[in-house]
Amino acid sequence: MAADLVLTDKKETSGRDALETAVKRRPPSRAARIWAGVWPKALAVAIFLAFWQIVVWTGWRPDYLLPGPAPVFQQLGHDLTTLDLWRAIGTTMQRGVAGFALAAAVGLAVGLAVARSRILRSAIGSMITALQTMPSIAWFPLAILLFRLTESAIGFVIVLGAAPSIANGVIAGVDYVPPILLRAGRNIGAHGIKLYQHVIAPAALPWIVAGLKQGWAFAWRSLMAGELLVIIASKPSVGVRLQFAREFADASSMIATMIVILVIGLLVDVAFSSADRRIRARWGVLDQAGR
Amino acid sequence: MTAAVALNSVSKVYGHGPRALLALDRISLAVQPGEFVCLVGASGCGKSTLLSLVAGLDRPSAGTILVGGRSLSGDAGRSQAPGLMFQDPALFPWLTVAANVELPLRLRGVPRPERQRRSAELLDTVHLGEFGRSRPHELSGGMRQRVALARTLALDTPVLLMDEPFGALDAMTRDLLHDELERIWVERKLTIVFVTHNVREAVRLADRVVLLSSRPGRVVWEQPVDLPRPRRIDSAAAATLAAEITDRLRTEVARHGG
Repeated sequence: MAADLVLTDKKETSGRDALETAVKRRPPSRAARIWAGVWPKALAVAIFLAFWQIVVWTGWRPDYLLPGPAPVFQQLGHDLTTLDLWRAIGTTMQRGVAGFALAAAVGLAVGLAVARSRILRSAIGSMITALQTMPSIAWFPLAILLFRLTESAIGFVIVLGAAPSIANGVIAGVDYVPPILLRAGRNIGAHGIKLYQHVIAPAALPWIVAGLKQGWAFAWRSLMAGELLVIIASKPSVGVRLQFAREFADASSMIATMIVILVIGLLVDVAFSSADRRIRARWGVLDQAGR
Repeated sequence: MTAAVALNSVSKVYGHGPRALLALDRISLAVQPGEFVCLVGASGCGKSTLLSLVAGLDRPSAGTILVGGRSLSGDAGRSQAPGLMFQDPALFPWLTVAANVELPLRLRGVPRPERQRRSAELLDTVHLGEFGRSRPHELSGGMRQRVALARTLALDTPVLLMDEPFGALDAMTRDLLHDELERIWVERKLTIVFVTHNVREAVRLADRVVLLSSRPGRVVWEQPVDLPRPRRIDSAAAATLAAEITDRLRTEVARHGG
């Protein structure tokens, strides 16, 4: 990368150290950075839309089953002006955030306990990974038996889907704290809970964020599955919209709703990625591509 | 006079049963207050183990260790443990340079304004006064090691343990840091136990060079260094003495099979 080199020269250090000072890259302007991030994505979306349109033109399925991008986006544009869609998004996001918060609390607590205790680790360490591989939809029959068609049934499955990933993130984070940092921490007087507070927790943070990010993906999938299966009559939600669109054979509306699901998933992912990037920048472990 | 560090017949065994490894074998050593002692030995002679024990990061299998006349066991003893520097600066990457230096003070409950004043002072001592807000990864290897030194000094222990602290640095940077360390040692009246495999470095810095054998580590020989300070690592007198010690070290390594 041909970035400008900025040499810092401090009077109070010797010349050698001034030369040794890290050479910093001047950060590119904000607009350039955004453009660099956006254009590959925009191109990918354009290619996908073109592909979709071509499939529609071939007449593989009739228009009322597989509408082209134009009617779908028209429908989406219309839906976005209605209160119904926003209320549905509101319900879904509320469930998602509440379920994810509970999953995060459970995952952090379990992860920390397993990372600390050798007995717990041999007892449930591998079970956490086993739980992670269980498709969340397989939990629903049990959830519906236990909680009937309620919010709790959905919450139950979200927590079971997301907590194992979060717990695994915590366990990996604690396991991979460099031993030298632990020794340095203990030497400067961090013992017991203070060692966790000042050394282990911050050192494990990148892994914990990765676990949370993966946990969110699982939570979101569980939530969508839940909303398709556990339909609560009085509550419009994104999943319910999907189900109703199918029942009324309203393909445009269905695909429009799918786009909404996709966009929400993407936005949350962007939030996690930017947190991850900030941490890595602070640590100086940003990779060469600047991402 | 009470020794700053006193090891009395200290042994360390790793593992159990037939696979047990005797790392240190009945080491006795007394370091006087204000003394600069270099421990020299081939790799695997237990030098690092020894420092870990003195720093209270590990317990001896047998024998006693007194720092300032007191045992390191228990919470009270633990707070007395000497500061330890490693070859790796072991700075916390999530903290700024100043926050790294402040952390020992913070862990002791020193209030923030006092902490900031002390850390600024310590960074000035190691000539990094302007780098408090930098992140460790923005500094060079030599500068990071200076920050590590400032952080260790923030512990305010009279004894400083150093485990090949300059081993990973280039010769020029190392020379500079030798000068700095010597100055700080005099200014702060520190007692330093410095581990190295570099005999010249030992002769440059030490009042006394202690030779350790390998597997198990034993004190095999001691050599006072009476050369006047300030010394130069490349002076003829230092080179002669270093050559003598190196010969001695070779014999030891050969005798114990490296």
